[in-house]
Amino acid sequence: MSGVVIGLEIHCQLDTRTKLFCPCSTDYRDDGPNTHVCPVCLGLPGTMPAVNRTAVEYALRVAKAFHCEVPVECEFSRKNYFYPDLPKGYQITQYDRPLALGGYIEIEGDGGLEKRVRLTRIHIEEDPGRLVHKGGGDRARYSLVDYNRSGVPLIEIVTDPDLSSPKEARRLIEHLRATLEYLDVYDPEKEGSLRVDANVSIAGHERVEIKNISSYRGVEKALTFEITRQRSLIRRGVAVERETRHFVEERGTTRASRTKVEEHDYRYFPEPDLPPLRVADRAAAIELPELPAARRERFRVQYGLSPNHARTLTGNPGLAEFFETVAGDDPVLAATWVADTLLGELNYRGRPVGSVGPARFSALLALLKSGRITDRSGVEVLRIVLDGDEHPDAVVERLGLAVTGDDTVSAAIAEVIAEFPQAVADYRAGRGNAINYLAGQVMKKTRGQADPRELGRRLADALAEDGPCT
Amino acid sequence: MVDEGEVRRIAGLADIQIPEDEMPAFTVQFNRILDYFEVLDTLGEAGAGERALHTVMRDDEPRPSLAREAVLANAPADEDGFIKAPRVM
Amino acid sequence: MEDPYHAYIRRLEPRSPGTGILAGRTVAIKDNISTAGVPTTCGSRILEGYVPPYDARAVELVRDAGGAINGKTNMDEFGMGTTTENSGFGPTLNPRDTTRVPGGSSGGSAAAVAAGLADLALGTDTGGSIRCPAAFCGIVGLKPTYGRVSRYGLVAYANSLETIGPMGRSVGDVSTLLRVIGQPDPRDTTMRGTPYAHDPVPDVAGRRVGVPDEFFGEGVDPRVAATVRAAIETLASLGAEVVPVSMPSMACALAAYYVTCTSEASSNLARYDGVRYGPAVETARPWHDAFTLVRSAHFGPEVRRRILLGTFALSSGYYGKYYGKAQTARANVSADYARLFREVDVLAGPTMPTVAFRLGELADPLSMYLADILTVPANLAGVPAISVPCGTVDGLPVGLQLTGRAFDDETVIDIAAAYEAEVAA
Repeated sequence: MSGVVIGLEIHCQLDTRTKLFCPCSTDYRDDGPNTHVCPVCLGLPGTMPAVNRTAVEYALRVAKAFHCEVPVECEFSRKNYFYPDLPKGYQITQYDRPLALGGYIEIEGDGGLEKRVRLTRIHIEEDPGRLVHKGGGDRARYSLVDYNRSGVPLIEIVTDPDLSSPKEARRLIEHLRATLEYLDVYDPEKEGSLRVDANVSIAGHERVEIKNISSYRGVEKALTFEITRQRSLIRRGVAVERETRHFVEERGTTRASRTKVEEHDYRYFPEPDLPPLRVADRAAAIELPELPAARRERFRVQYGLSPNHARTLTGNPGLAEFFETVAGDDPVLAATWVADTLLGELNYRGRPVGSVGPARFSALLALLKSGRITDRSGVEVLRIVLDGDEHPDAVVERLGLAVTGDDTVSAAIAEVIAEFPQAVADYRAGRGNAINYLAGQVMKKTRGQADPRELGRRLADALAEDGPCT
Repeated sequence: MVDEGEVRRIAGLADIQIPEDEMPAFTVQFNRILDYFEVLDTLGEAGAGERALHTVMRDDEPRPSLAREAVLANAPADEDGFIKAPRVM
Repeated sequence: MEDPYHAYIRRLEPRSPGTGILAGRTVAIKDNISTAGVPTTCGSRILEGYVPPYDARAVELVRDAGGAINGKTNMDEFGMGTTTENSGFGPTLNPRDTTRVPGGSSGGSAAAVAAGLADLALGTDTGGSIRCPAAFCGIVGLKPTYGRVSRYGLVAYANSLETIGPMGRSVGDVSTLLRVIGQPDPRDTTMRGTPYAHDPVPDVAGRRVGVPDEFFGEGVDPRVAATVRAAIETLASLGAEVVPVSMPSMACALAAYYVTCTSEASSNLARYDGVRYGPAVETARPWHDAFTLVRSAHFGPEVRRRILLGTFALSSGYYGKYYGKAQTARANVSADYARLFREVDVLAGPTMPTVAFRLGELADPLSMYLADILTVPANLAGVPAISVPCGTVDGLPVGLQLTGRAFDDETVIDIAAAYEAEVAA
């Protein structure tokens, strides 16, 4: 998509035990409203913020992973705006002295080459509470506020407008999410833990901000819709208006904000209750774990994996660790089965890779590698293992899935040659495809227990020596 | 020098109402104070890093939150554990 | 006991909790310091009905030390005033002359102590709010070093300037109360220095006392100036070396103070929306209308004025001219103190330019602001400053202000004690 210019502002909740400025637990999702609040995060008069060291450490890990410059000192500022979910009437965030500046995220660009997306900055801030509108969306009569989320630590990562398509935007977010997981600072399972605002324009036209995108899949959808909308305006000769729009997740569309386009004047000033934080020294002391790009490269070199498998298997740290546990002496076989089969089965069941016992999966790989079961049976065994509590060996035994001996297959080949003379004739007449039909029939007779790779060769042999040549 | 229109704009930004009958006197007093602040114009602007202290951080150790009854006790209106607020849409 | 001066917003039955260095002594608490289970209004109608679920650190410490809290004292709304006339609950009167104001904003605390209704009191000082009423009511009041007393639980007016401090009828009492409240608190991460554990040593021999010209300049009542100069002579007679000095940063100090405190206040006071506490917001109206109504109905005129001044000073296009420049002026004040305290141990001058005003005398806001000219520099720099009674003019008390190095509240106390001992003798 030439001419498309996209920049993102990504908010992630940091997976700390307590909130950014008070010791309330962040583990509120299963509890009722206003059960994880204290005088500080409720903004009661007289309370003061005290910074959570772990939140700062986590943010610095992210800054370091993305090659940002961490200044000697950073500072918190107040962003003043009035909203009932903001209990102090201002948000403590960072403004002109953020935690990190510059840096970049490397993604696969649309041309297939590595692309560096530059970062403007990374800063820490507190999440507001949550509003529920009573009386239904447009005609809300009043709001209800739950302050459980109030004060949960967020990092905001702002990119330069370096992205050229919705796909690139999605890849950036996926890579970001994976990196945050590798850094052990983020839990993607927590609802609403990642939120994105996107700025998008067609070169030479006004820029539109899309707010309220709460999933990384939504990013691609929202941007695709918005680009189509802007292109259609331009085609019709209508100017794109500079505005803020909201993403409507259910419909995959964006809509203009109905709040009046007011001049935002947040009146930032340094938070007087929090003197500057010294951060450069802390950042220097951080040792980063192996990150997705490095692990991808290692998987290619150490295990001989294809670039695609290496990318897939390093998509999150749990998956990569699972792969390494089961790689054994045939990592390519393991990679194929994890990336091409297991992930699909898990996805279908909505289960994480952590729910699979590596020992059982290794046992399945051993069955496949030794040729005791066919690939087709392998899939069947895997499904049964995933859905029940049975060992792969037991499944093979119980269902009699072990690859059948030569006699049975030979007998089946002979029967099929006898029963399908037309196909035999076709094959002998030079229509090579006919052998696939015959192989299918043999499979049917052996209930799929013939090794398909072997079968083709043996059928060809049988057809060559058997019967008259015409 | 700010005029009444500017005072109204600032009041709007602050979500504070100055009654119209008080506006002329309020604006005069406002300007007298701003005139006094003009003395600052003789100075340059301070750079960052003037604050001598540095923040001491706390450990990430959870402590008990308030009981919900205590949270709601001061709230003028609540519903199902939520605190009631005006509509924002 | 009667409260003829309206020193209190709320009286409490003092419990006598037993042992500790405050055992048997009554303590009045300014009503912007949070008390668990006891309404805390800050002198504002916007906090009517609010009952804090927690104690301020200073209150916790007073209770632990055996102090008998006997009430919450009146104050200018959120501390915004120099007279205690700007209270949502009516003015406090000066016990020394009931036609006069007690000073502010801790006027209720000062009046309670001066009238003997409490032995001791906690006040708060953002730009002179402990020292001014101490001077006007003829008692002792200390603004400790910023960071020496926990502000956790002090309802913020201007966080970067204010502190809780002790008020009493003697320097010894003030020192005792500082021992109680000058303790660490992890919830206030702007705290520094060591806990205050000092007993006053009334000795000024060999100390160098600087006297800045600017503290005796235009606007200072000559009779007040003469009274204070006589007090400084007393210090000299006790062996202090008096050194004339100059503090040019004073020229911008008051403007810097008002820009800074109103800016911070405009943000601090945004939380009073009638949602979580306080008089109910009308939930049937759209948010901004409802929020505007609550604020306009329940904040007094001076609070509204300061919110507007601060909003203006922080707003786009004006920030550099006002807030930015104010921080420069503030840095200049700190630099002046740092330079002077290389030469002298304390600075001495009047606490207030005049004696207590008549009720209603300071109707014009700017005139009221100008009365703070001598007290705000200590807040801008965070240094400790005490007001001790040093005589009268027309029968009204005058305060001697002694300002010291940051985290050297001890020296300020010692010199004040030496002066007090001499005049008592």
